[in-house]
Amino acid sequence: MDKRVEPVTKEPAGVTGFLEAPPHVSEWRRFSRVFFSRKIVLFGMVVLIILMFTAIFANLLAPYDPYTPDMSNSLLNPTREHLLGTDIFGRDTLSRLIYGSRTALAVGFISVGIASVIGISLGIVAGYFGGITNAIIMRAIDTLMPFPMIVLALLVAGLLGGGIHNVIVALSIATIPPYTRVTHGLALSIKENDYILAQRSMGSSNMRIMMRHILPNAFPPIIVLMTMMLGSLILAEAGLSFLGIGIEPPGAAWGGMVNDGYKYLQENPVLSFAPGLAIMLVVFAFNMVGDGLRDALDPRLRGLL
Amino acid sequence: MTTFIIRRLLHGLIILVLVSLLIFFAMRLLPGDPLLIYMAQHSQQNLQDLPPEVLEQLRHEFGLDKPLPVQYVNWILGILRGDMGDSFFYGQDVGTLLLQRFPVTVYLGILALIVSSIVGLTAGMLAAIRRGKWVDSIVTPLTYIGVCIPIFWLGILMIYVFGLKLNFLPIAGFTSPFDDFVLSIKQAIMPVICQSIFGVASNARQMRSSVLEVIRQDYIRTAWAKGLRERVVIFKHTMKNSLIPVVTLIGMGVSFIFGGSVLVETVFAIPGIGRLLVTSIFNHDYMVVQGVVLIMAIVVLLVNLIVDISYGSLDPRIRYG
Repeated sequence: MDKRVEPVTKEPAGVTGFLEAPPHVSEWRRFSRVFFSRKIVLFGMVVLIILMFTAIFANLLAPYDPYTPDMSNSLLNPTREHLLGTDIFGRDTLSRLIYGSRTALAVGFISVGIASVIGISLGIVAGYFGGITNAIIMRAIDTLMPFPMIVLALLVAGLLGGGIHNVIVALSIATIPPYTRVTHGLALSIKENDYILAQRSMGSSNMRIMMRHILPNAFPPIIVLMTMMLGSLILAEAGLSFLGIGIEPPGAAWGGMVNDGYKYLQENPVLSFAPGLAIMLVVFAFNMVGDGLRDALDPRLRGLL
Repeated sequence: MTTFIIRRLLHGLIILVLVSLLIFFAMRLLPGDPLLIYMAQHSQQNLQDLPPEVLEQLRHEFGLDKPLPVQYVNWILGILRGDMGDSFFYGQDVGTLLLQRFPVTVYLGILALIVSSIVGLTAGMLAAIRRGKWVDSIVTPLTYIGVCIPIFWLGILMIYVFGLKLNFLPIAGFTSPFDDFVLSIKQAIMPVICQSIFGVASNARQMRSSVLEVIRQDYIRTAWAKGLRERVVIFKHTMKNSLIPVVTLIGMGVSFIFGGSVLVETVFAIPGIGRLLVTSIFNHDYMVVQGVVLIMAIVVLLVNLIVDISYGSLDPRIRYG
């Protein structure tokens, strides 16, 4: 993809003569070598790809309709027809699990999108302008900080009333602070660089400097944070839907399915266990991919890995 | 040092005022009239038949007819006097309600903090000093799994295995250790495991990488070269220095425990502030939600303040200007 040549080779011959030219390795090649070097990261990647396929083609993959009740097959234990059994309404657990991946991914990705755009913008503006702007933004973020994430999300979702849209809004608000804090710190250090000074002397607008120079340089740590947040968001969404705030019935969400199964733990434990395992696997996959990205993008590890 | 503490206290106080404003005004955006919900709970009468004068009377009793800023100031003044308002739903003073529920959450939370610190730090330490050996190859994967487990699911899994199948432990409830010590401990085991699992895993992970960082340092090599015994090198030279980055994590752990209490107390039917918060949000019980969230925020702010100050005693290089 990005086949940039190391900048040293572009310098005049007289200068390069004194410096040892580093070996030509493209950024992308180095990135993919480090990223794919750990088997567990690869595993996470595979899980996520399968998950996305499952979510997209849920209607083709699910063996039964996840919403239609079939009271004659209520609370079946796993059989050949119903691989993971059925719930109290006789709905196939596997099918609901497959449809639940849509909820998990939709909530995860949309919330990360909203929270990161707002959080990153606030962080860059606060760090770049400093002074009173910085004080106002960072105090506002500090105000959100003492709330545990799920409590904040519960509060907002409770205020707005349940439903998947409100859960997305709630989780987005609850996860803004980490983006702002990380970006704020990065913007503070990036703006001290000489290339920012050069841009200013050339008369670039603040907007251009923030968008074209600070944002791209802050991006690697942010993309790692976003990946890690996806895992936390899926856990938090599961927690909220376990408490009964989230997608309205008969919609399928993994956390809600754990709660449904909790009532019939004696009769059909799989009903509760299976969605929990799915949550764990997906969160694990996101964390591993995040770890791999961090190793591959961290400039301090350049040359070590 | 004193100026630093005073400055941090002032900063904390400002945040606290902002937090209280946020909670108060956010709660007023709540859709649904709490008074109607209250009436539905407490009177047999059909709500439609209720004369408006009665509603006005109740509104006046709860102080809901005054303008919002006045309500806010009254709320704050009340808290300072020790009166946190009345719960619409429980028909009780919020202060009394919190006094019953808060110690339960704190008791389980402190147990969970102790477990996550002791187990997490020991595991991380062992994994680091025996890097690549069997301890490490057990601990490290577990730390990765520990941060992914949905704790409510873990609770249900344990209820199924230890409660329903093996009949080892009671499946739910809470008993004060002063009433029945054995039963109390038995009932606390599963909730405390759920509450501490995330902390154990993240503490172990942080401790492992922190110790690995410290044992590369020159002063550790010097300690070995002096011929000091392993015990001394590990406990005196390595451990204290490795703890510095971990302490922040323990401060954050309090926040996680409050967050977890919402889920764990629901699973195990424990009468703490976590479950109180959930039921009060569903009941639109303004005063209780405000009180619970405010108390959580105060504790988190205080703990973080203590963590910030305690850096100084752990790391003498840190000076407060």
